[in-house]
Amino acid sequence: MADIVIEVHDVSMKFNLSREKIDSLKEYIIKRIKNKISYDEFWALQDINLTVEKGEAVALIGLNGCGKSTLLKTVAGVLKPTKGYVKTWGTIAPLIELGAGFDIDLTAKENVYLNGAILGFSHEEMETHYQDIVDFSELHDFMDVPLKNFSSGMLARLAFAIATIGTPDILIVDEVLSVGDFKFQQKCEQRIKHMMTKDTSILFVSHSIEQVESLCTRAVWIEKGHVRMDGPVKEVCELYRQI
Amino acid sequence: MTQYIQNFIKFRPLLKELVTRDIKTKYRRSVLGVLWTLLNPLLMMIVLSIVFSNLFRFRIENYPLYILSGQLIYNFFSEGTSRSMSAVIDNASLIKKVYIPKYLFAFSRILSSFINLMASFCALIIVMIFTDARLYYTVILAIIPIFLLTVFATGIGLILAAVAVKFRDMIHLYGVLLVVLNYLAPIIYPMSILPGKINLLVRLNPITQILNVFREVVIYGQLPSAGSVIYSLVMAVIALVIGLYVFYKNQDNFILNL
Repeated sequence: MADIVIEVHDVSMKFNLSREKIDSLKEYIIKRIKNKISYDEFWALQDINLTVEKGEAVALIGLNGCGKSTLLKTVAGVLKPTKGYVKTWGTIAPLIELGAGFDIDLTAKENVYLNGAILGFSHEEMETHYQDIVDFSELHDFMDVPLKNFSSGMLARLAFAIATIGTPDILIVDEVLSVGDFKFQQKCEQRIKHMMTKDTSILFVSHSIEQVESLCTRAVWIEKGHVRMDGPVKEVCELYRQI
Repeated sequence: MTQYIQNFIKFRPLLKELVTRDIKTKYRRSVLGVLWTLLNPLLMMIVLSIVFSNLFRFRIENYPLYILSGQLIYNFFSEGTSRSMSAVIDNASLIKKVYIPKYLFAFSRILSSFINLMASFCALIIVMIFTDARLYYTVILAIIPIFLLTVFATGIGLILAAVAVKFRDMIHLYGVLLVVLNYLAPIIYPMSILPGKINLLVRLNPITQILNVFREVVIYGQLPSAGSVIYSLVMAVIALVIGLYVFYKNQDNFILNL
């Protein structure tokens, strides 16, 4: 058996949807005294089990609101599951939302180092990757421009270039390939494929079934927080198309 | 435990980036840039010392220095704690998308306030030189009260950050509390004007004790009094332990309230 890099064990995630948002102390105390705090429990994920092996590319598919992104966030460590646990081995490059760590008042260059630090790279490490980032994002002339003057496409290019430096052990991609023009999309796909040849495991979320089929080998179909189907990408996608 | 330390080492570059970002964006687009970090407190101190050497004179030797040192300590505490209180809220977009140890945000705010404190401290020394005040070698020992205050502020900042995520009122309430705190420490007045009970209350304020130590070593050239140091050390450690505990217990719920 190959090495396991992600183990999701019996993970359930509960959200309390309070009917009204209470964020003031006064309201909270009054409601507490009157015993009026009520939550609607919402289980976004229920008893999910999933293991991903080294070098495997797994797609998560499902309708909107089925829990795909929640699952990705638990794997990335952003959310802590209510029940169960997630174990990961190796470095994770999360592409959950591009440009999450950008500060729009700083220049592109400063943001490269800031964002790199968010991903856990030191200044020196970023310096070795810097040229690669500039080349890949094709922003040579804009590196000293504050990000607030960037177009959304430029932002996405920069963010993707930063997030995919080096060779992470796990790459988490959530819907981010839909940005940019088709040429840049192809470039991103190529980069991901190149990573796969270097044994990077990929967890991929997309609504584009074509993209899923071209990149992944295995697909997991999630429906209302449960795993409905887990198998080779062709079979799962075929059934998924029929609904 | 080793896991926490490893994690901290991994994210140390981030701490550095966060602090430099804080300092940089504050004076962005100004001509003098980062120089303002030093210039700002210096100008403030010049104004204050002119005002207070002619106005409201308590019978204190070298009153301008008395008040400047008081301001310096209080400003660090108030800036550090109130900025780390909003640190988690301000970085909501990041916390929702990437895993980062969350205390880093609160701590980075304390550190950037600490850099401002160092700048103010330099400004204070400059003022002392120009007003012909005596500089004692004990000024080196100022590291003791500054360290104690940093630990204390970190603890309080962590508590506030955790509470403010759930109850945004804290931000407004704390503004008022800071004013109370300002008057409950001998920043502009001497301890001797306080009557019995209030005197005790002010003495129990850790800021008072830290400020005492600071003035002893910087202005009066004395060795710090052991009582004040021990009391503020105990309070600082208590604040830090409570802060870490409250923060740690609540941090997984932050994301649900952001």
